[in-house]
Amino acid sequence: MSLIYPHESFFEAHPKHDSPTYRSTAKRHPKQPLIILPHTMTELSGPVYGHEVVQEFDNDLTRQHAGEPQGERIIVQGRVLDEDGRPVPNTLIEVWQANAAGRYVHVVDDHPAPLDPNFSGAGRVVTDENGRYRFTSIKPGPYPWRNHHNAWRPAHIHLSLFGPSFLSRVVTQMYFEGDPLFPYDPIMNEVPEHARHRLISKFDLDVTEPEWALGYTFDIVLRGKNETPMETK
Amino acid sequence: MSGVTPSQTVGPYFAYALTPSRYPLHEIFSTDLTGPGIEGTKITLTGRVLDGDGVGVTDAMIEIWQADAKGSLEHSTLGSGKSNSGFKGFGRCETLAEGAYAFTTVKPGRVPGADGKLQAPHLGVTLFSRGMLTHLFTRVYFEDEAANAEDQILNLVPAERRPTIIAKKVGDNAYQLDIRIQGGDETVFFHA
Ligand SMILES: [Fe+2]
Repeated sequence: MSLIYPHESFFEAHPKHDSPTYRSTAKRHPKQPLIILPHTMTELSGPVYGHEVVQEFDNDLTRQHAGEPQGERIIVQGRVLDEDGRPVPNTLIEVWQANAAGRYVHVVDDHPAPLDPNFSGAGRVVTDENGRYRFTSIKPGPYPWRNHHNAWRPAHIHLSLFGPSFLSRVVTQMYFEGDPLFPYDPIMNEVPEHARHRLISKFDLDVTEPEWALGYTFDIVLRGKNETPMETK
Repeated sequence: MSGVTPSQTVGPYFAYALTPSRYPLHEIFSTDLTGPGIEGTKITLTGRVLDGDGVGVTDAMIEIWQADAKGSLEHSTLGSGKSNSGFKGFGRCETLAEGAYAFTTVKPGRVPGADGKLQAPHLGVTLFSRGMLTHLFTRVYFEDEAANAEDQILNLVPAERRPTIIAKKVGDNAYQLDIRIQGGDETVFFHA
């Protein structure tokens, strides 16, 4: 089935390239007007990466080392959907995050919080035929950055998705319901206000496993809709 | 239905997950799209990603997406998802020192455009980096292609800006193009 990708869905949801409260955007946004691109087969198609690229434990970030990582064990699950609410099956999700202390294993992270020898913080999962995904991890800690005085990122997990085409590609961040740092975070608040809640996962007792892990639900909607608008839902 | 999930920056710490050649995670994507049995003219594309001060961006990620040498997208989500040769059509590169990037691929063939005519050979390009909340779309064309003159999308670009998305031929099957995010000779980016 071929989908269409109205430009409005892009403008409506995504932060602007020039986002002054996130200071690093200043020298990293185009000043010339962007040119509206008619969608050709290059844009309407996308690469195919499915279950064959995922290895054992890619979807369990707590089992990639000899021991268990420190922190609150969590299960993150949800559905990947298109703009009509139809599932996006067999699509790759790449995830990465800080450890429970708010430290990334990346070589340039110099936050003076401990690394965890049992946690790398990188994983992958592929959606099933119903667009569902699920991975196990530990809750990432908030961490400081140098955007402004006393700047701290709310706890978040980075996600990268492909979907059905080059136009559905997105990199985003998932936050945790109720984080007191939300009002102070430029990266989240440069998202149009009406769309911000789409970045926040919900604690879910049905996903929570007794005596094991807290569950969070996070549905992801990718660009792409049916050529013929659906009647009502 | 609720709307599209907003984009957020890839941040500075993506490499150990998305381009993990220096980390333990097994790699899925490569800067080399060629391999045994893949037909076509093997080419290299190199360049730098530069910010508004002309400084190399050392924490960006570039992705390229393309047709095979015959102009087929059989390997894509629109095709069977598999090509006879194993061609995947997709590459990913992190920029490191000086903002440099490098891909090895095959020269793409011509695929139909929105106007029904064949497009000039091109790569679809997405650019991600710290300091970008939403990724940027651009394209790479090739200097030695006569079809550039009649390409619908190149012709949407003001003539004086077209060179910013046309890679220069710098050797046998070697092409070069810098991506200037902002400022003089700023690369043409698209609302895709
Ligand atoms: Fe982060």
